[in-house]
Amino acid sequence: MKSMPGFMDEKKINMKIAVLSGKGGTGKTLVSVNLAAAAKASTYIDCDVEEPNGHLFFKPEGVQEENVTVKIPKADDKLCNACRKCVDFCNFNALAHVKDKLIVFEEVCHSCGGCILVCPEKALTEREKVIGKVQKGTSDQVSIYTGILKIGEASGVPIIKKLLDEKNPKTNKLTIIDCPPGSACIVMESIKDVDYCILVAEPTLFGVHNLNMVYELVTLLNKPFGVVLNKCLLEEKNPAEKFCIEKNIKIIERIPFDNELGTLNSNGEIAVHKNEKYRELFSSLLNTVTKEVWHETTINP
Amino acid sequence: MKIAIPADGKNMESNVCVSFGRAPYFLIYDVETKKSIFINNSAAASTGGAGIKAAQIIVDSKANVLITPRLGENAADVIKSADIKIYKTIAGSVKDNIDAFTANKLSLLNEIHAGFHGREEN
Repeated sequence: MKSMPGFMDEKKINMKIAVLSGKGGTGKTLVSVNLAAAAKASTYIDCDVEEPNGHLFFKPEGVQEENVTVKIPKADDKLCNACRKCVDFCNFNALAHVKDKLIVFEEVCHSCGGCILVCPEKALTEREKVIGKVQKGTSDQVSIYTGILKIGEASGVPIIKKLLDEKNPKTNKLTIIDCPPGSACIVMESIKDVDYCILVAEPTLFGVHNLNMVYELVTLLNKPFGVVLNKCLLEEKNPAEKFCIEKNIKIIERIPFDNELGTLNSNGEIAVHKNEKYRELFSSLLNTVTKEVWHETTINP
Repeated sequence: MKIAIPADGKNMESNVCVSFGRAPYFLIYDVETKKSIFINNSAAASTGGAGIKAAQIIVDSKANVLITPRLGENAADVIKSADIKIYKTIAGSVKDNIDAFTANKLSLLNEIHAGFHGREEN
């Protein structure tokens, strides 16, 4: 029999929590940033590499950055015999062969390396191409990691891999992963190794549609999860809440539609630092999630 | 000389397709023999890079001229590398456009749009 979780419980302190939603603007960053801040000592990782904005709240100091590269094919036209196996193989149509020359569309290439494998003449080699960068800094006791994808690049997955499997120091800290919106590859990569997923949902029909997308994803990947209903109006019907009840999904928090919270957030302030009631709200959410994770590891070790 | 046109259907009365990369068919018309062949555009079902693949199909068809309402920049790169001339379509069927071209009534396509690459992806 395990003891009840305390703050010294190692599993609890080390847990990785992902915050996701089916669309942008539901409150992923609000929840992520404030959870990380409520925990005091924590790691915040911004995987929303197309428009990372967690750093706007934390304003990290001592920022160091590192480029992220992918491999792109390069053809030796002298070796190429125009068999076009590479062109036919590429599922993303990143290659064309015209007038005895191979044209490589770098932005379309997903760096799978398949063209190099299928080339019978060994006419293709790889070269490095920078697609973005990761930044690391600190804000009080929070370590901030930010992934930034260059505009026009096909996929942010390599940046997320770098953010997550990097030599991110193995400290005994809570890790909050602020995910990209949606349920595509880039989100799957972000939540692959997390202990728990928080799905943030809006109280609209559109919100339900988007919640359903991430609900299907976390169910498919067999991740423990709970829903945070954001922008709740007491007197209004909440379709997202109805969806949760119908699907038997656990609602772990309700964040009110609140002018003060919205104003703080749009001014780039961290709400838990500004008002005790928000510290209580997000500390309570953190507590709930911690219990959920502890419960999961107990019943499903 | 061969002319290529994106088409909505498989006959000369068909409308020109508004999309190049996602057109269901391409008409390949031989000006000398007056023969028309409609080929399936296998690029239309691509998840991405349809314009590039469609352009490769046009290059492989040995067309000298492409008549299209619009063209993305990646497709244009392929078409231009093959020295294929690009003209802008007029309203009407593919036949109307062939007639207009042979009567020297079409103008070159000047605006190449930036494409929609990646915008449907996350």
